[in-house]
Amino acid sequence: MLSYIAKRLAMAIPTLLIVITASFFLMRVAPGGPFDGERQLPPEIEANLMAAYHLDEPLPMQYLRYMGNLFQGDFGPSFKYKDFSVTDLIAQGFPVSLELGGLAIALALLLGIPMGVMAALKRNSTVDYLLMGTALGGIAVPNFVIAPLMALFFGVILGWLPVGGWNGGALPNLVLPVVALAIQQIAYIARMMRASMIEVLGSHFIRTARAKGLNERQVIWRHALRPAMLPVLSYLGPAIAGIITGSVVIEQIFGLPGIGRYFVQGALNRDYTLVMGTVVFYGVLIVLMNLIVDLLYSLFDPQIRYDD
Amino acid sequence: MSTPLLEIDNLKVDFELPTGTVSAVKGVSFHINQGETVALVGESGSGKSVTSTALMRLLPEMASISGAIRLDGEDLTQVSASRMRRLRGNEFSMIFQEPMTSLNPLHRIGRQIAEVLHRHRGLSGSEARIRVLELLHQVGIPEPERRLSSYPHELSGGQRQRVMIAMALACEPRLLIADEPTTALDVTVQAQILDLLRDLQQRYGMAILFITHDLSLVRRFAERVCVMRYGELVESGETAKVFNAPQHDYTRMLLDAEPRGSKAAVPEDAPVLLSGQDVRVRFTTKKRLFGKNDHFEAVRGIDLTVRRGQTVGIVGESGSGKSTLGRALLRLLKSDGRLRFEDTDITEFDKSRMRPLRSRMQVVFQDPFGSLSPRLTVGEIISEGLRVHFPELDRREREARVIESLEEVALDPTMRKRYPHEFSGGQRQRIAIARALVLKPDFLLLDEPTSALDRSVQMTVIELLRQLQQKYNLTYVFISHDLAVVRALSDTVLVMKEGQVIEQGSAESIFQSPRETYTKALLQAAFLDTAA
Repeated sequence: MLSYIAKRLAMAIPTLLIVITASFFLMRVAPGGPFDGERQLPPEIEANLMAAYHLDEPLPMQYLRYMGNLFQGDFGPSFKYKDFSVTDLIAQGFPVSLELGGLAIALALLLGIPMGVMAALKRNSTVDYLLMGTALGGIAVPNFVIAPLMALFFGVILGWLPVGGWNGGALPNLVLPVVALAIQQIAYIARMMRASMIEVLGSHFIRTARAKGLNERQVIWRHALRPAMLPVLSYLGPAIAGIITGSVVIEQIFGLPGIGRYFVQGALNRDYTLVMGTVVFYGVLIVLMNLIVDLLYSLFDPQIRYDD
Repeated sequence: MSTPLLEIDNLKVDFELPTGTVSAVKGVSFHINQGETVALVGESGSGKSVTSTALMRLLPEMASISGAIRLDGEDLTQVSASRMRRLRGNEFSMIFQEPMTSLNPLHRIGRQIAEVLHRHRGLSGSEARIRVLELLHQVGIPEPERRLSSYPHELSGGQRQRVMIAMALACEPRLLIADEPTTALDVTVQAQILDLLRDLQQRYGMAILFITHDLSLVRRFAERVCVMRYGELVESGETAKVFNAPQHDYTRMLLDAEPRGSKAAVPEDAPVLLSGQDVRVRFTTKKRLFGKNDHFEAVRGIDLTVRRGQTVGIVGESGSGKSTLGRALLRLLKSDGRLRFEDTDITEFDKSRMRPLRSRMQVVFQDPFGSLSPRLTVGEIISEGLRVHFPELDRREREARVIESLEEVALDPTMRKRYPHEFSGGQRQRIAIARALVLKPDFLLLDEPTSALDRSVQMTVIELLRQLQQKYNLTYVFISHDLAVVRALSDTVLVMKEGQVIEQGSAESIFQSPRETYTKALLQAAFLDTAA
């Protein structure tokens, strides 16, 4: 088990290197720089700034310097948020993003799984069509469309919920962003759960359970539910990645101080170090989450064991 | 004689499909007495499994049942669903054909057996544990204490079937329905399971409804037999009577379908077509970053010589390495040792150098459902090899070859525009043979080509293989676990166990006077000693 984890982590290193390298150079290809603003700076001052941040060195040199600092755990200073290091900003933003993403995943599972089970049990009935039709809608409409519409309807027209802002993570402020972030995942999980539940219900060991004289409730709760949830469990890795990329958009729309917002702002401002920092952070996060999901899988399915 | 335990009276089962109603069982009546074994025999589609599933009331909702199924006078078609659940697994229980998938993969087997005891006897915890241990012991699971906490995937197929039996017997039912309980198992395991069932039957005094397609099992196991075809009961009676003096043509045909005859010998100086020396196949079971990888040797140094026109039969149980050897011979797998095809040493040949030879070395696989691409028409499947090996043929010539080969395997050439799913298992296997034949090969590897087929269909496929061999002087390597079929087709036979050949010789000598204990056990388990 431990050696498996070590192996997976070792395998993540080349992946991360590629991600970091690609984003570093892509970022520099984009026109403009961190000190371009409304007001043109005097050339001497700009040159001083460039020198201070080593931006006057040749690109390969800058790359090596960045990688060197990275290996020492130093993400560098932010160019735009003066007096803040990138590490500070990530540390500030992460709790917000974590709360948002965690709640969205929880909501997606809490709604998606029962929806899928219900649709599978009432296969080809009105309930099934209604649930799956809704789910299809959830997949088809992207969150950057849903989010402003929800803000308009529940925030502006009905006035029930705030249209944006974090407000220290107060519940009313959380509702809209969490729902907007979760909708697509709810829909995916519901459809996946339906399909796998139908498959499991047709399997031989369910027939055995019925032949034992169990009633339908026992058959479903004891025998069908856990195996049917396995595909959903393995989808959690991609789902978490989806939530992370989704949060970049959602945090921007609702004006929430999470990492996603820093990422977008950083990209617009050519805040090189901030963008690179968030990219590395996201990369590590996704790799770790996938590893955790795979390890969880082995807890659920005794046929999977990561031993030597 | 007391009243029968189970009485089936004019049972009809219809399936309401979108395309119309299909009658699977059309008015079947029979009975089973206390403690008796009755066999329900028929080929696929005869309605025998539908009948047994109807007894359990486990048919899907689109099925409608009429007639009566009386267990001790109580009509099971009329009782409430909750009463039915109280009877299932308690008064009567069922074991299924698929030991590999019939147990819940996520539950420990102790729990799965205890569940029945909890449901019907209210036993839980330590009481249930005592009974489960007793059951595991009775069904011959070694180290029951340890096995309680095993998961199904940690058990072999035979052991899983034993667990199923333990589960079915937990509440000492009066009737056990056994739906092809040994079909998926190796012959030696088959015999053990049947012996076990017979033992337990005596101990518990239960009746058994034994559903099977295998007549040799019926002869040994059942007191009475009912023969089904197309949802009807065509003949029933005491087993000995039915076997000795079958009344119905269909029963006679089934009995005749046991493979017979032997192959005409090939001159001993016939040229060697394919030979292998010290063939070994290793699979990597674990890759290590440092040091040596772990290996499993599936084929451990086999020598064989196949002469032109010969059939070499390879028999062995699952895991013996027979299919692996076959694949290595065709270089579909990497192997060590020397391989020669005619005068060419093909040991070191890579994919591209093997390709020109492929048209001369063809293969037919076991699974006629999985080995034909479902998205191609039969004509496309057959002509695909022609495009690769005979690019000089134009479309019309290819078409002509396809038609010719379909006629060769006795299929209507107009069917070449259809897709595989429109054909039966036997027809698909003919298509697979046509696909191999169209390239005019010298050598055919037949890997369990008839195992998935009904006996009577098997018979016709074997007949076809024989005719083709004679007509084209084909050379076969025939892999099978079915000893009767191997006997009917082969010149020489190799008996494999754990990757090695433990006995080889002419088909006659192996079957008449086997030397090794393992070979004897195989033959005995296959009942060839009694059927001859």
